[in-house]
Amino acid sequence: MRQFILATAVSLFATMAGAFEVEDERVFGNGPGPEIAVLSTTDTAFFAPLIEAFLVGRPNLRLRYVVASSQEVYRAIHDEGAAFDLVISSAMDLQMKLANDGFAASYASDAVARLPGWARWRDRLFGFALEPVVLLASRRAMVGLEMPRTRRDLIDLLRAHPARFNGRIGTYDPHVSGAGYLFATQDARQTDAFWRLAEVMGRLNARLYCCSGEMINDLVAGDITLAYNVVGSYALSRVKDAPDIVVIEPEDFTVALLRTGFVPVGAGQGALGGALLDFMLSPRGRGLMDTAAGLPPLDQSLLQPYLRPIRLDPGLLVYLDRIKRENFLAEWDAAMTQP
Amino acid sequence: MRAVFATGSLRARLVVQLLVVAAVLAVLLYFTVRSTADRAAEATQDAILGAATVSIAEQLRGGDGGVEVDLAYATFSMLGAVGQDRLFYRIDIGGETVTGYDDLPVPDVRPASLAAVFYTTPYLDTRVRIAAVARSIIVDKGPVPVLVLVGQTRQGQAAIADQLANRAGLIGLGFFLLAVPLSLLSAGSVFNPINRLAEAVGRRGPRDLRPVRHPAPSELAPLIGALNGFVARLRGTLSQTETFIAEAAHHIRTPLSTVRSEAEIALRQSTDERTRVRLRSMIRGVEASSRSASQLLDHAMVLYRSDQLEGVAVDLCQITRSLARAFGPTAELREVTLLVEGDAAPLCVLGDALLIESALRNMVDNAIKYSAVETEVRIVLATDAGMVRVEVCDQGRGLSGAGLTELSGRFTRGGNVGDVVGSGLGLTIVTEVAAALGGRFELVERDTGGTCASLFLPQL
Ligand SMILES: Nc1ncnc2c1ncn2[C@@H]1O[C@H](COP(=O)(O)OP(=O)(O)O)[C@@H](O)[C@H]1O
Ligand SMILES: [Mg+2]
Repeated sequence: MRQFILATAVSLFATMAGAFEVEDERVFGNGPGPEIAVLSTTDTAFFAPLIEAFLVGRPNLRLRYVVASSQEVYRAIHDEGAAFDLVISSAMDLQMKLANDGFAASYASDAVARLPGWARWRDRLFGFALEPVVLLASRRAMVGLEMPRTRRDLIDLLRAHPARFNGRIGTYDPHVSGAGYLFATQDARQTDAFWRLAEVMGRLNARLYCCSGEMINDLVAGDITLAYNVVGSYALSRVKDAPDIVVIEPEDFTVALLRTGFVPVGAGQGALGGALLDFMLSPRGRGLMDTAAGLPPLDQSLLQPYLRPIRLDPGLLVYLDRIKRENFLAEWDAAMTQP
Repeated sequence: MRAVFATGSLRARLVVQLLVVAAVLAVLLYFTVRSTADRAAEATQDAILGAATVSIAEQLRGGDGGVEVDLAYATFSMLGAVGQDRLFYRIDIGGETVTGYDDLPVPDVRPASLAAVFYTTPYLDTRVRIAAVARSIIVDKGPVPVLVLVGQTRQGQAAIADQLANRAGLIGLGFFLLAVPLSLLSAGSVFNPINRLAEAVGRRGPRDLRPVRHPAPSELAPLIGALNGFVARLRGTLSQTETFIAEAAHHIRTPLSTVRSEAEIALRQSTDERTRVRLRSMIRGVEASSRSASQLLDHAMVLYRSDQLEGVAVDLCQITRSLARAFGPTAELREVTLLVEGDAAPLCVLGDALLIESALRNMVDNAIKYSAVETEVRIVLATDAGMVRVEVCDQGRGLSGAGLTELSGRFTRGGNVGDVVGSGLGLTIVTEVAAALGGRFELVERDTGGTCASLFLPQL
């Protein structure tokens, strides 16, 4: 996914010079009325059907959709005060930090009020899509082996067949990828098995990726057998044309990522930004999000018991802490690098 | 306001006052609960915040490689749990901010030990409550001071206080609403003794001037005292009036009868015809004055007594017969036969003996007065449809077509009186007595000549 591609180390106190880096920009609709500005980490192609459906009932509106990496989204709002009416990002921690630091305006509607407690923070930050972070496996490369169902299975499998998996496991490099860092920290929070897994992967010379795109490309090409901690939606959209790939949601627990949105303080068209958010949460919006955008809508009734959505709460601020981050990455390096 | 209080309803005033008190209490309850809840919530939140700050400070570890900071995910998660409050933190080591929000305000006084210091301060776009904890750690073999600040917004606390205060406000409102019927009830019970006292005083007979002894709350004692004083004064005035009437009658009649008897003696002794004529007209004048005086007094007495009427059983038969006896000499003098017909058995009515006697006397007096010599005056006693009838019929000159309505006016005399002495008050007295005792009076001319006067009184 594009928003994960750029993942400079998260440095809260670093101020970069110049305007934030825009990856893509597109204006939808040509009405004479007000223009809604949306800043998002989600690729335009994923979101276009949703926006077009939103604009059908509002012919006088225009919608400017700006795509940037999650780090750039954070920077645009936090440091540059860029004017947007809705800010959408998959980087929960950065979104949480923006809301905590007072960049999110209060927004109330029936749709956001219906969200479960873990999918919203106050009346500021709201989740709209829930994506499991999964393990991908290549059917071909796994011939003769049983598909792992839990992390313990995975560790056992890797230990049992070191030769087969050496250099054939892929995962994010948390130094580079913000998403990878978030998933790794959430894993570490959930279980100590994570560190064992890191050690095993380190011993098997796991390949570290900056971004899920490359990881999946390598998997499809047969260069690796397993891809650990990949965002589900993107993975699933690839699986449709690659029957070889199996999506495994680990049954001990599967971290689920919330895509979140908020109306920034001082938004010129805050009400319209909120209306778009409401539309994304409406039954029609959810449907489109699922079928057209390939983003699993937030639907509690479909939650698997092993699914652990990352809660929207100030705990997310902890791993953004500079020292905490340094400590975690040092620990990770120690686990991955075998003497 | 004065005027409203002076008139208006006491009950309404009492109810309004009770309601005002209830409303004030409800408002007071709201604000008391609000501030108490706010303080309680703050104390609780402070305890959590303080514990979190202390735990972060304790997690700090020194060493040769610098300081290790370990922020616990769960701690941060928990701090935000109460009201989803915003969270800020800052860790200073050796006077330099190593992590967190480096512009988070530090306390005025550096905390002394691991005990947290709390303060509330504006930060960014909001107000935060901050817990500050200080300690020192050993870095590179030397002690380094460490300051840990954790701040949170207190929307959660405000929400709790609001919620509790709103509930208290609702309870207060409930009390207020409950106070409406209660205060109506209590106002009613306060005024019940007054109403009972008023009833007791209202039930009294017209001549009952005893002091009020009704049991009443002590607050009513001044009122009862004043009432009793007033009753006592009234009683005094009334008895004075009674004796005054009696004395006035005496004082007028006595000198008049002296004049009369002196004039009669002078008449008998005088031989001069002109003097005798003068003396006779003087005697007639004195007689008229005497009659007028006594009738005036009678009339006053009738008015007074009918105001103070207290019915007792009066035997009409007996009164009539003794009256007839008393009129015996007068009738004889005028050569009129006075007859009483009917049983001698008692015929009782409810009334006042003096009033009835006065009425009958005037009726008999008229009958004899307006009769010619050698005629008959017949007094008939009978019962008639629940009434006792006393009929005085004469064979005199009749009424010459005049009716009772013309003749009963005060000081009104008929055109038929001739040289008969009179004051015009007799029939006035009779009609007034009849009315006071719930009866009626009739005066009719007989077909056979003469007049019949009938007094009807309710039979006992
Ligand atoms: N028995 C009667 N016969 C004739 N006239 C009478 C008789 N009783 C009353 N009257 C008339 O009624 C008038 C009013 O009577 P009353 O009030 O007794 O006054 P008075 O002092 O004149 O008797 C008398 O003046 C008289 O004209
Ligand atoms: Mg008379």
